[in-house]
Formats: sequence, C-alpha cells, structure tokens
Amino acid sequence: MFTYLVNRLIQSIGVLLVVALLSFVIFNYVGDPINNMVGQEATVEDREELRERLGLNDSVFVQFIRFIGNAMQGEFGISYQFQRSVSDLILERMPATLELVFISALFALVAGIGMGVYTGLRRDSWLSRFILTASLVGVSLPTFVIGILLIYIFSVTLDWLPSFGRGETTKVGSWDSGLLTLSGWTAIILPSITLGLFQLTIILRLVRAEMLEVLRTDFIKFARARGLSRRAVNFGHALKNTMVPVITIAGLQIGTLVAFSIITETVFQWPGMGLLFIQGVEFADVPIMGAYLLLAALVFVIINLIVDLMYAAVDPRLRVSAQRGKSTA
Amino acid sequence: MSDGVKNDSLVTRVGILTMRLFSQQKYCCFCSGLNNWRNEDLELENPGGVVMKRLVTAAAIVAALTVSATPATAKNVLKWASQGDALTADPHSQNEGPTNTANLQIYEGLVFRDANMKLIPALATSWRTLKGKPTVWEFKLRKGVKFHDGAPFTADDVLFSFNRAQMKTSDFKGYLASVTEVKKIDSHTIHLITKGPNPILPNQMPQVGIMSAAWAKKHKVEVPQDFKAGEENYAARHANGTGPFMLKLREPGVRTILVRNKNWWGWKQAGGNVDEVHYTPIKNAATRVAALLSGQVDFLLDPPFQDLGRIRRSAKLKVLDTPQIRTIFLGLDTGAKELRTSDVKGKNPFADRRVREAMYRAIDIAAIQKVVMRGLSVPAGIITSPGVNGYNDNLNKRLAHDPKKAKELLKAAGYPSGFSVRLDCPNNRYNNDEKICIAVVGMLGKIGIKVNLDALPKSKHFPKIQKRVTDFYLLGWGVPTLDSHYVFTYLYRSKGSWNATGFNNPRVDELTAAMPVTVDLKKRDALIAEAWKIVKDAIVYIPLHHQVIAWGMSRKLTLPIRADDSAHFRWAKISK
Repeated sequence: MFTYLVNRLIQSIGVLLVVALLSFVIFNYVGDPINNMVGQEATVEDREELRERLGLNDSVFVQFIRFIGNAMQGEFGISYQFQRSVSDLILERMPATLELVFISALFALVAGIGMGVYTGLRRDSWLSRFILTASLVGVSLPTFVIGILLIYIFSVTLDWLPSFGRGETTKVGSWDSGLLTLSGWTAIILPSITLGLFQLTIILRLVRAEMLEVLRTDFIKFARARGLSRRAVNFGHALKNTMVPVITIAGLQIGTLVAFSIITETVFQWPGMGLLFIQGVEFADVPIMGAYLLLAALVFVIINLIVDLMYAAVDPRLRVSAQRGKSTA
Repeated sequence: MSDGVKNDSLVTRVGILTMRLFSQQKYCCFCSGLNNWRNEDLELENPGGVVMKRLVTAAAIVAALTVSATPATAKNVLKWASQGDALTADPHSQNEGPTNTANLQIYEGLVFRDANMKLIPALATSWRTLKGKPTVWEFKLRKGVKFHDGAPFTADDVLFSFNRAQMKTSDFKGYLASVTEVKKIDSHTIHLITKGPNPILPNQMPQVGIMSAAWAKKHKVEVPQDFKAGEENYAARHANGTGPFMLKLREPGVRTILVRNKNWWGWKQAGGNVDEVHYTPIKNAATRVAALLSGQVDFLLDPPFQDLGRIRRSAKLKVLDTPQIRTIFLGLDTGAKELRTSDVKGKNPFADRRVREAMYRAIDIAAIQKVVMRGLSVPAGIITSPGVNGYNDNLNKRLAHDPKKAKELLKAAGYPSGFSVRLDCPNNRYNNDEKICIAVVGMLGKIGIKVNLDALPKSKHFPKIQKRVTDFYLLGWGVPTLDSHYVFTYLYRSKGSWNATGFNNPRVDELTAAMPVTVDLKKRDALIAEAWKIVKDAIVYIPLHHQVIAWGMSRKLTLPIRADDSAHFRWAKISK
C-alpha cells in the first residue's frame, strides 16, 4: 500500500510539473506586461530596466525553474497588476469562488435529484417532457449565454435580482462571506444557477436513467408486494440505490465547477479567483496566471488522488499489481 | 480502469457512506444556509432534536451578523462602473488614465482643469513668472486647507510632494522634468526654478497630487510605490489628500468606496451633492450595460458603442459625448531598407511619399466614421485634437478621398499592381480598433495594396512598435499636457520613443528642442506651426480620426463630460 501511495504521489507531482511547464510556454504568447506597467512616457531604458528586473529577459527554462523553486516554498511572487503578493490575492478571492461553487453544487444536486426522480416516476407527464427538453437546452447552451440571458430576464427586464457582484459581504475571521446578508443571497442566485445548470442536467439525466433501471428490478417489485407505501418504495429503496453513481459523478465534477467558474465569474463580475485569472490574462500578469493554473491543477490532482487511493483501498488486486512494480491501471 | 467490478465496489462504499451522512444530518447544512435570511420564520418543530437546537443557535448568530452587516444608508450614493480599475492609490506611482482619475478625487494638484479643460486654481490660488526671471514660477498657495486627517496644508507639503514625484520610482517625473529646484518662500508661497524658461509649466501641474508630508513620514511612504519592483506600500491602498473625497475602502479589482470630504474648500464652487461614490470594475461589456439598464449603477464610463442606442432609448438613461484628446492614425516604417512583410524586395515602397499619399487618399474616412464608428469620431488631418495648443481647423483638413488619383500615384511610384504588406493592429485598446483596421484593409485593397491584418491584444501589439519590428501599424495618441510639444517629442523627433516610422528630419528635431525653452508664446506658436506643416506635408503618419468618448448615465445624474475621459464627482449632482 505504501509503495502504491508513493507511486501515485510521484505521478501527481509529475502532472503538476507538466502543467506548470505548459503554462509557462503559453505565457510566452500572452504578450509583454511591461506596457501595462509603465506609462506611455516611459523611456526605452526604463522599459529595459524593468524587463531585466522582472527577469523577463531570461529564457523560458530559467524563468520556469525560478517559478518552481519559489512555488515549492509557497511563494508565487508579486502580481504585476496589483503589486501585491499573489498568495494573498488568491486567499482573498478564494471565499467568493468557494461559496459560489458550493451553492451551485447544492443547487445542481437538489434540483437535479428532484427533477430526476420526478421525470423517472412520471415518464409520460407533460412536465417531464418539458423538463427533459429544457435540460437539453441547458446542456447545449454555453455558460456565458445562459448568464447573459438570465441577467437580461431577471435584472434588466424584471428588475428582481442584481446583475453583478456579491452584494454586501461580512467578514467572519478572514473569510469574507456573502451568505450572511439578504443582498448577498440575492446576488448569488443568478451566478449559481448559471454555473450549476450544466451539472444539474447531468445529474437529472443520470438520476432519471438510474431510477428507470432500479424501478424495474425485483427488489422494488418485492417491496411493492410487501405493501410498502409508494413513498417508502420510491424514496426509501429506489432513490437510495440510484444515488451511488450520482454521488461519485457530483464529487468528481466539483473540480470542473471550480474551473468553469472562470466564465461565470466574468459574466457576473463575481470577485473570485476565476475573475482574478481573467484580469491577469488581460494584463499579461504571469505570476497570477501561473499560480492559478497550478492551483486548478492541484485541485484536480488531489481529487483524482483521493479517488485512486480509494480504489486501492477497496480493490486488493491493485495493491498486488503495485507490488509487482508495474501498475496495470 | 475499465473493470466494472472495481468501480462498483468503490462506488458502493462511497454511496453508502454518503447516504449515512445525509440521513444523520437531515440535510441541515442546506437548511441553515436558507435560514440565514429568514430566521424569524424558524420554529421549533422538533423540540427534542439536538440538530434543531444547534440550528437555532446558528441562526441566531447569523441573525446577529446580518443585522450588524446592514449598511447605514447614505443620502446620495453614486454607483459607477468601468472596465478597468485604478492600478494604485499612490498618487505618484502610475501615470495612467483611470488611475489618475481615481486619485485626483482624493488628492489635488496645485492647478485643476474645469469641464472645458481650462486651467483653474486648486491648491494654488494664483501663479506667474517673476518679472525679468522667466525661469522662476511663483505659486501662491491656498490658505486654510486641511488634509483629510486634519493636518493643515502648507508649502512644506508641496516641497515634499514635488520631491517625491521626481524620485526614480515615480511615474510623474515627466511633468516636473524641467524643474530643477522647489523653493519655499513662506508658508504659502513657493518658487519653482526651471532649467530653461518653461512657459507651459502650469499645464503640467494638474496631474501631480499633493500629499501630506507628515502622513507620508508616519506611514513610511516617502518614496513612491515602486510598481516595477513589485512592492506594495501603505499609500497603495490608503490615502490622505486634500480633495473633495476621502478613500474609505479600496479592494483592488473588486470595489472602491469614496466618501464626501465635508471640509473641502471648493464645494461652493463645484456644487456637487454626492455623499458617497461606489466604484466597481466590470470586465464584461454586456454585464456592464446590463448593470446600467437595470439601474444598479448610475454611471458607466465606457459603454460599448453598439449599446449606445439602447441606452439612449431608455426613459431613465442618457448618453453624453464629446471629442476626446486622442487621435487614431496609421504609422508606416519609412526608414527600413526593405519591408519585413511585403512582397517587394530590395526597396521600401513606404519610403516613397507618393505611395503614402496614395494610401492616404484610398481611405474613405467618412465611411469609417459612419459605419465603423457609428458617428462617434471626428475625421483628423493631424495627430492632435481640438483643445490642444497648436491645433487649428486648417491643419485638420484632410487630403480628399480619391481612389482614382491614388491608383495613378501608385503607378507613378512604380507599383501599378500594388504590393502586399501586413498591418499590425490592437484589438482591445481603442474604440473599435480592430474594425477600423478591417475597413482599412478593404479600402487599400481597392487600389491594389494587399494588406494582411494581424490584430492582437495591446500587450502583444505595443511591443512591436517599441521594438521597431512593424512595417505598418495602428496607434492612438493622447496629449495630457494639451500642448503640441508632447506629440513631437514622442512621435516625430528622430529619437522619439514612440516614433517607429524612421522619420528623421533635422529641422523637426531642432524645432522640437526649441519649443520648451521659447518663452515668447508667439514665437513658440510659430515653431509649432512650422513643425506641423513639415510633418503634415511629409505624410509621416496617415491620420484617421479623433476619438469621441461617450458616457452613459441615469437621467437623475448631472455630471459634465471632460475631453480627457475623466469623471470628477465634485461636479456630480443627483436629483431625487
């Protein structure tokens, strides 16, 4: 087991290194941050001096090694744009993203399971047909179109909900929360629907398919024959058994939610990490981009690592193959 | 991982585990979340449940927090948005449009500009050069002015601030480049000694904000924030000026809140009635417009042009526009031996004035104005706009649009079937920049010049100009000093840092060098006029148009639009 763990850890670090290297190669194409940092009056010498000081004249490889060296000490440098430590900036913006992701996931899970169960039980009702058709739209429309559509309907036309921002936030320790005020809650509705809609449709369809499958099985028939109430059969037995894949998928998709939040945050001017990243791209702010991409990779790697470790914990065969030195996975 | 058995066993365990969690907790995490804001509805339906008790406690805490978080409502709050936030609150660190606009609400210079860009007194009440001493400027300072922290404003603060603005890490050195010494005469009089005579020194004053010397010392910000070294100082997010607004909160890239400085000396004159100014940068253009249309912001500095019609049609909103001090033009590398991106080898077609004139005449500026800019541009004949010293309507006349003559000129120059070249264009810097380039490509195509367009973000575009690796490019130029000298120094002087054309005219260099030291304003204007004539005849650049800026705002708001695209809330009035 220990060998297996070490193996996976080494692989994870490898993945992170590759992500960092790839992002560094890409950074070479986002342009020169110098112009964004100095006024138009700056002389050629001023610019050259700044370029030298930021180490932009070094080769990509040297810059990469320096970045990795610093990153290993938890040091991501100073943002070119905000002139503040990138770690501080990310920590400041993290609560906004995590709250958004949390509410979206909750929304996707609750609404997705609810509608999935309904469409599974009442296959032929017009509401089920409507939900399924609408869910197709949800899958096929890009996130930013959904976001702008929602803003147009609920903010511009109906004037019910705010079109941007987090509303009033409250500091709880170092956590800047928007979930403690009414305006914070009204502000999070549209972004979380936008972000969660795609996951919702996946969960909905998954639950529906599983429900249909489970309802046909013998143990449900037996439960009915025992004279259990419909409620007990549908929710106590059928739904419980459909939840298994749903939980797995939902868990794995949290990483995707974090990643997708870039677009949602841009549309709603949600001051989270995704928006920070986009602002960084515009400015050619390499330290922010590097740290964010590494962080996103880290989230995915950790989730995958946990999943892999669980596989190993459950399945003895994996451990055996790991001991032979070669993984068959 | 294709083995179904493996997956099933894992998945089952995860599932069961999660189900247990769910059934024990009775989804309470969700309930507590919802109950944050309607905790008064909460009743003890299940008095025995521990979970429920905990929930109530949580709700009570939440309720307490909610109450404390409710903001005191200010009387007149002006909410506004634009694409990009200020870079820093340090008044001497970054000389950049949005940053200056933000900081000059809080800090004041010795001189200010009114809504028509005319110089008006600010921290200085009067200024003049001493008789017989053209290199000594005397500024009388305003008495009875206090900084936001209550400290009195004196000549020492001016000395300190000018010294600070001249430091290596300051981006405002340029405005004070001619100043060799700042002398305190008494507590409210100073002398600025300049290298040579500098007749336009007062024009350079409005951008240099005055800080409190004592405050700067106390917070160890005697040196401007070194934007280049990447260190944040105390002044980057805190401010203490003398201006009409005080900085209450600054979260870079998220929001900035200013509150009215009730003790400001100039309220009577300015007449604004705003108590608080809330600013949010909103990156996405559609979101920005939606925020204005839905009334969540009262003022939008940069509404996208395609949405101006909608804003105008709304009964609650209005659009203001004015010509901006910024001219858009095309640059041509006339100095290279051979163009890098052309099929003409061994010689440079742009070196021939006839080719440049042909290209000039091929451009139908009226069509660009009407179709691309939707009327929001003013055709330009020189690279400087109305309002800048040296501009006149005669100079601004363009060569007529004449494709037939253009073709003849090309033929005469030896390119009857044209040639190919690449046009480098930014796509996120100026109003409709990429669309202007696309129009130019089509128009030049009509006279046989095959143009390949390379439109890139500004961070990729500008380095091409600075490294002198572009043959043909689009650029815009604003004139913060409102004097033609600024244009010649950067764009026409043979060593000008933004002159990528290879244009090298000794007479223009001479004239440019003479402008800052000629005291006699008549003579000086003659120098400027001669320089403009030379460069206009030579067609160093192909001018396109002066930009027009448009602001969108609520009809309840009165706020004069200024040609440098900066909003000054001292003048803002909100009616009920």
